[in-house]
Amino acid sequence: MSRRPYVRRISTTTWYLKKKRDLVHMIQELTSLFVGIYGILLLWGVKALSEGPEAYGAFLEALTGPLSLAFHWVAFPLVLYHAISWFNVTHKAMPIQRGEEFLPGKYIVGAHYVVWIGFSLVVLFVAGVF
Amino acid sequence: METIKTDVAIVGAGGAGLRAAIAIAEARPDLKVALISKVYPMRSHTCAAEGGAAGVIKPDDSLELHFNDTVGGGDWLCDQDVVDYFVREAAKELTQLEHWGCPWSREPDGSVGVRPFGGMKIKRTWFAADKSGFHILHTLFQTTLKYPSIERFDEYFTTDLLVVDGRCQGVVAIEMSSGRIFQFQAKSVIVATGGAGRIFPFTTNGAVKTGDGSAMAYRAGIPLKDMEFVQYHPTGLPSTGILLTEGCRGEGGVLRNKDGYRYLQDYGMGPETPLGKPVLKTMELGPRDRLSQAFWHEQQKGNTIPTKFGDCVYLDMTHLGEKHIDERLPLVRDLSISYSGVDPVTEQVPIRPVVHYCMGGIHTNIEAETPMPGLYAVGECACGSLNGANRLGSNSLTELLVFGKKAAQNAMEFAGGGNKTNESAVSEQAEQAQKRITELFDKSGGGETISGLRKEMMDSLEKGAGIYRTEQTLKESCATISQLRKRYAGIELHDKSNVYNTDLFQALELRNMLDLAQTVAEGALARKESRGSHQRLDFVDRDDENFLKHTLAYHQGEETPRIEYLDVIITKSQPGVRDYSGGGK
Amino acid sequence: MSDLQLELEILRYDPEQDQEPRFQTYSVPCQEEWVVLDAINYVKDHIDSTLSYRWSCHMAVCGSCGMMIDGEPKLACKAFVRDYVNKTVRIEPLANFPIERDLVSVLDDFMNKLRRVKPYLIRKEEKPLSEGEYRQTPAELNKYKQYTLCINCLCCYAACPQYALIPEFIGPAALTMAHRYNQDSRDQGRAQREEETASHEGVWDCAFADACSLVCPKHVDPASALQQMKITSTVDWYLEHLGMGGKKS
Repeated sequence: MSRRPYVRRISTTTWYLKKKRDLVHMIQELTSLFVGIYGILLLWGVKALSEGPEAYGAFLEALTGPLSLAFHWVAFPLVLYHAISWFNVTHKAMPIQRGEEFLPGKYIVGAHYVVWIGFSLVVLFVAGVF
Repeated sequence: METIKTDVAIVGAGGAGLRAAIAIAEARPDLKVALISKVYPMRSHTCAAEGGAAGVIKPDDSLELHFNDTVGGGDWLCDQDVVDYFVREAAKELTQLEHWGCPWSREPDGSVGVRPFGGMKIKRTWFAADKSGFHILHTLFQTTLKYPSIERFDEYFTTDLLVVDGRCQGVVAIEMSSGRIFQFQAKSVIVATGGAGRIFPFTTNGAVKTGDGSAMAYRAGIPLKDMEFVQYHPTGLPSTGILLTEGCRGEGGVLRNKDGYRYLQDYGMGPETPLGKPVLKTMELGPRDRLSQAFWHEQQKGNTIPTKFGDCVYLDMTHLGEKHIDERLPLVRDLSISYSGVDPVTEQVPIRPVVHYCMGGIHTNIEAETPMPGLYAVGECACGSLNGANRLGSNSLTELLVFGKKAAQNAMEFAGGGNKTNESAVSEQAEQAQKRITELFDKSGGGETISGLRKEMMDSLEKGAGIYRTEQTLKESCATISQLRKRYAGIELHDKSNVYNTDLFQALELRNMLDLAQTVAEGALARKESRGSHQRLDFVDRDDENFLKHTLAYHQGEETPRIEYLDVIITKSQPGVRDYSGGGK
Repeated sequence: MSDLQLELEILRYDPEQDQEPRFQTYSVPCQEEWVVLDAINYVKDHIDSTLSYRWSCHMAVCGSCGMMIDGEPKLACKAFVRDYVNKTVRIEPLANFPIERDLVSVLDDFMNKLRRVKPYLIRKEEKPLSEGEYRQTPAELNKYKQYTLCINCLCCYAACPQYALIPEFIGPAALTMAHRYNQDSRDQGRAQREEETASHEGVWDCAFADACSLVCPKHVDPASALQQMKITSTVDWYLEHLGMGGKKS
């Protein structure tokens, strides 16, 4: 008879500009693009490696170019941000219950950092940094 | 007007209504159930119950002890056949809830835990932290989602019972979102609409508790029983009336006056028990009526603490420790901090008695039947005389379940009894109800406001029919409420929209509350004795000679109700002394 | 008597009068201890009886009074006026739901979704009542207890950017309730629930914005439930497709 529920439309392109929380979320989402690009880069490197020392050398050479360096200056902090923002919420996805209580989240988050740093050291060691 | 045909119509979707609906859906999936409520089920006030539900399961307990506690707690105004049935069914129903997923708190071995409660001689209160009612309500609501035969009508405001040939054959309800009026033709009807604490100004009850179902039944000619018995819970937060569960005292919290003295020992509930070692049925574990009355006396002596929101005493839980409070009373801590700015872990919480529960309601018997064929009532809106003159904490949640199921069994049997709905007569009556609603909606002029009349009603009841009453104060209340009922004709709705018109619903609720307020005041005036929660300063003793009886109030239109009396059913426990002085021994 | 003055800018919408919502401002004398709901009640009782909104318990347990207060979904009974002094507070019905009237939203969508996730205990075989309760240790209870605390106030849906963009998303509260039963040691219904919860409209529409958990007045943390469900349903999918039938029935 008289109902006419009113639907508030939101902009599908600019909605996240209205609230800081949403903006931060979108930035987090966008940083995943760079994670993806790093993934492609890695595959490219593996492919080059399989094609012999010459191809791999060309790949390494390409990485040192100014365009590549510029890309890394932008991408690396964003990927770092992406990783850290994920680490900080891992306890929500993977809670550990010991007896009645749950392990405080900081241990689960901390373990991620420990493993990350450990892996990084191994990679750096293999790469001959030490 | 639209018509909905169903087998059983249940009005109210709180704990009692939901339990009834499930019972029908389980036993008779072929019967259609219409579950009609003015709020979504999870908004029903069952959600606010905190402490727990009583049922005998532990080896040191017995049905007889639960029976005795309940009857003594009710000051012998309980119908003992009802109590007897209740204590036998209690644990079964609580176990049933467990099987439906209720997250009861547990013992280390995985069995259900129990906690001590006021007026109970043995620990027998099942609890889910201090959110027991909330969990019961949500468990029941979610369980109803299993059953396709239960059709919910959420946010439908029921206004009238349809009574033809002396038999209840349906209800009239307004779809709140559209203002459309529906008649529900049903073979039987269960009313489960909750209490009417909102007739008082300071109450633990939510806004929805306006006694709609009780008033509807009352106007349809069914007597309201024992309406003068209104329970004050001793521990409410002063600013808002928010309840702090009796579980606070069950877990060891104590009451202190302004001098830090545990004053309950001066009112027949001593001797003082050691801190942190509560003794059952003693001191803080006395019944609610006695504790609230002790507050009143302390107030008269000037031993209370004046605050902006009235005089208070202290609830002291500081000796319980943070871990225990967080495990057993997390909501209490949250509420105290949020609404009073006091952390019970470190500070004493100021509290004062607050209207909590209506023992009275629609007259029903052990079968949850009202005197009208086809009409059943259950929960706080009903008075099956389980609770007598004072309800023991944790009996009401169990009552919803035990008698919700009972009402359902009888309602479905009645629905299957071959009674034909007199459709034309029912429709005609529904049309009349619709006309009354439309008249209220369209009426203009008058100059009275809903909020104004409501406030006068509340203030008058508190003044005249509070913890202690006298003939003079009650007469004033009766006169005021009588006037207010007349003045109600002068209200005018300012909201003329059909869509979610809360102005209209508040007007309907006010009318219901005024009718019920009158039965409270008139019943109290007529009962010239003191019993349980009904305390008269001019008749201080219990008078079993003249008043071991239920009050029945009959609606008389514009006039004051006709009061009659009905004998209490006594089977094995003769009226005796209520002993809370070290009675745990 | 009144300690402070609050300016409320309340969204009004009467479908019989208004083409679209408008705002109306009320000046309310408040006491220091008041919550926003008290101020709204003051408007209803003393200034404008045509204002419509839902409320009941006034103690943050019935879930009726979820609304947007100053742009955030909150329970009006748990938002204190002292946090909004000296400013105009905008009050709107919960975001992401259609407006029925004034501050009343249409909740049908949630009610239908809740039913879809089967939020009740599912057993292969029921134990007779005469055999007593199912045993459940305090540790087993703690495993899911937090997720039982949802009061269905729907603040989480109003905060969820995914629900705003994808109305088909089953959403935080309903999915959390499915998780609550999945985690219950008495339950055997996860596989049945996953037909809905592991579907596209289920947990996979969640982008883990965590907004639901940030606004939840009962600290239920729906985001955690949904992430755990993603992991469980992934494991279940692999086990099933590797023919190991690892599903909990």
